[in-house]
Amino acid sequence: MLTDLQSYPIRRDRLHGLMAEFETPEQLLTATERTHREGYRQIDAYSPLPVEGLAEAMGIHHNAMPAIVFVGGLLGALGGYGLQYWVSVMAYPLNIGGKPLHSWVAFIPVTFEMMVLSASIFAVVGMLALNGLPQPYHPVFNAPRFVLATNNRFFLCIEAGDPLFDPDETRQFLQSLSPRGIEEVEK
Amino acid sequence: MIPAAIHDLGPGMDRLQRIALVVGIAGLALCGLELVRDPAQFQRSYLIGFLLWCGVMVGSMAMLMLHHLAGGGWGYLIRRPLEAAMRTWPLVALMVVPILFGTRALFPWADPAVVASSEALRHKQVMLNVPAFIARAPIYFLIWGVMITLLNRWSGRQDSSSDPSLVRKLQNLSGPGLVIFALSGTFAATDWVMSLEPEWFSSVFPGIVLIGWALSGIVFAILVLPLLINLPPLRDLAAPKYLNDLGNMMFTFLLVWAYLQVGQLIIIWSGNITEEIPFYLRRMTPGWEQITVLLAVFHFFVPFVLLLQRNLKRRIEWLWKMAALLFVLRLVNMVWDVGPAFDPTGFRFHWADWVAPVGIGGVWVAFFVRQLKRRPLLPLEDPRLPLVYERIELHRVGDVN
Repeated sequence: MLTDLQSYPIRRDRLHGLMAEFETPEQLLTATERTHREGYRQIDAYSPLPVEGLAEAMGIHHNAMPAIVFVGGLLGALGGYGLQYWVSVMAYPLNIGGKPLHSWVAFIPVTFEMMVLSASIFAVVGMLALNGLPQPYHPVFNAPRFVLATNNRFFLCIEAGDPLFDPDETRQFLQSLSPRGIEEVEK
Repeated sequence: MIPAAIHDLGPGMDRLQRIALVVGIAGLALCGLELVRDPAQFQRSYLIGFLLWCGVMVGSMAMLMLHHLAGGGWGYLIRRPLEAAMRTWPLVALMVVPILFGTRALFPWADPAVVASSEALRHKQVMLNVPAFIARAPIYFLIWGVMITLLNRWSGRQDSSSDPSLVRKLQNLSGPGLVIFALSGTFAATDWVMSLEPEWFSSVFPGIVLIGWALSGIVFAILVLPLLINLPPLRDLAAPKYLNDLGNMMFTFLLVWAYLQVGQLIIIWSGNITEEIPFYLRRMTPGWEQITVLLAVFHFFVPFVLLLQRNLKRRIEWLWKMAALLFVLRLVNMVWDVGPAFDPTGFRFHWADWVAPVGIGGVWVAFFVRQLKRRPLLPLEDPRLPLVYERIELHRVGDVN
């Protein structure tokens, strides 16, 4: 019944992409792998649960997150140490237990905590910046059956912006992956 | 023991066994010269070597119990090497004997004159006296030996039986077993390492020694992995994902080691009291200070940064190199633990401190390879193994590109 809503054709310039529906994570993984090997690059896979190796199958091997978190940790550690140095040695030099003003051993805990704090903040903000969330509108939700992506179905979408995309050929290709169904997604 | 079939692990392993035995005997012979020339120096060098290899044996036991409890494919890659390392326990138990005979040369508390002049040592005599010290060592090995025998027996049955009760038995032993390891190991580390400086004490120090031992265990298992990884049936299991897990495991123990070291430093440095601070004062004298820095840099910072790199952990060539670096540093750590008790005013190089660990290690490794050949490289009937293969298969589809 839901598929009936999609029976009218969508104009080419209103097309976001073609979406295939699968029933198991293994099918999605194999389909994604084949799609990537076919040369499609503007693709996205949707799954209700984490599928190991799915990102790699889409051709995503590296992202900037490790570097962002590392820089965050480094800045936090330097900032934490620097703040303590400035307070204890320059701004308020106090004699505490006869220890040197620059007592690096005592600086370790705060330096460590500042590193963790700063790395986590960089991780959260960096993650949001890279994945584009929050995103109030996304075309895939126009596909009526897509609600099942949070339940028990797995979707693979080849987007119309892909240089290889052709409404008929791409549909034929998706058909060859033997999905449960194919839907056109309106922008 | 029942004579088991000998498995062919390739010419590399045979060569390793032969070379190790020759190096071991040559090293021990050199140390024998030192025993005649300067028995006190021999005792101290021997202790360094003993602690390093005893650590590999006991640490392998801890890592194996962790694998039984937590599961996961990484553990199967090194399970049989860990078990072979554990089965060297009768050899290691034999190796402790020279230390029991050398208490007078090693431990100040074994010298009545020293004890008479120290109020603290007189009170500590309840535990730190020669008969009790000698009596405790066999107890440690008995406790470890019983656990090791059971772990080996049940795991060996998984070569031919997929009885799920074996998994349960291994898990039920491993939980309490890790607690027993921590308790017995605390006593052993107190006896053999901390009591070298008997007036000093730190409740976390035996913990540092034990974590170091666990690290030695996994580092050694990774060291032999390149020789085994291309042999069936291990070959099919060596997915980058599991090498990554092994790297993470090494990383974890490295972090705990550093965490405890820094914790101890902060507490003792802040307190700055007469009984505790000499430990660090001795390690800040000329020579020792440089070794302290060397440990901080190469036993922590350098491997820390390297092990953050995912693509290094996923390749055996790199994983192996990092393990090799850490194994050398494990030896330096043992020298750093033991040496300053004898040379409190500065580092003094003596060849025997470095030859004894190599000699003991040679004999130990030869024995280890002999044990490794006695069992297949995987417990093929372990009912949890098919799940591991399934996960690899699922992963391989994604790893093509």
